[in-house]
Amino acid sequence: MALKICRLTWDELRRHGEETYPHECCGVLLGEVDGEGVKAVRAVVRCSNQRSDSLHNRYLIDPHELVRIQRDARERGQDILGFYHSHPDHPACWSQTDLAEAHWTGCSYVITSVMNGSATETNSFNLGGNPAEDENKYFENEEIRVE
Amino acid sequence: MKVLIPTPLRQYTGKQASVEVSAHTVGEMLSDLTSQFPDLRQQLFSDDGKLRRFVNVYVNDEDIRYLENGNTPLKESDTVSIVPSVAGGEDNGRSQ
Repeated sequence: MALKICRLTWDELRRHGEETYPHECCGVLLGEVDGEGVKAVRAVVRCSNQRSDSLHNRYLIDPHELVRIQRDARERGQDILGFYHSHPDHPACWSQTDLAEAHWTGCSYVITSVMNGSATETNSFNLGGNPAEDENKYFENEEIRVE
Repeated sequence: MKVLIPTPLRQYTGKQASVEVSAHTVGEMLSDLTSQFPDLRQQLFSDDGKLRRFVNVYVNDEDIRYLENGNTPLKESDTVSIVPSVAGGEDNGRSQ
């Protein structure tokens, strides 16, 4: 699996984490899977972080917001391909919390490290396994193609 | 009514993004859905028969937890959305 994203959308995704620093940002990746099995991201949708505590190291997307995004995307012939969030002053790698709270198998979880307010590294991880079996879930590194 | 299936659960619905279901309540809808696609049952319900904590079910724009859960009435014109939750964040127990 790989993730394909245009430069403008890529910049928008990373800028979101800078704007919410020192809090975590979060959002949704929309698009479609192309004929080669590559996730082609056409747009990102910013979401508000619904956590009322620990905004610096936790995020939660309001399910109602997800319902609206999923419904609107479907009407445009697009799908939810994954999600993004930031790690303020921490590396762009997944945490045990990220894995425990991940349930969208086959989708991408993109993480941007924001150091002192500036976006540095961004990585993508594809969630594999069975979402109903915690012990069988895993993240695998995913190539990001910025075009 | 139409039930919108989220990306990760489509592997259990023959890749269908939406499924037509005939039901008068949310409970009947879930029962019909899992009868049509038995592999969905493990994804939606835990061993005690309750909806998994990370599975959200909405009737149009309303969370069934704030309605009448499985007894929530449904109309033919309703759209039901199933969305697994999305959350996370960095912690000290990094795996990489």
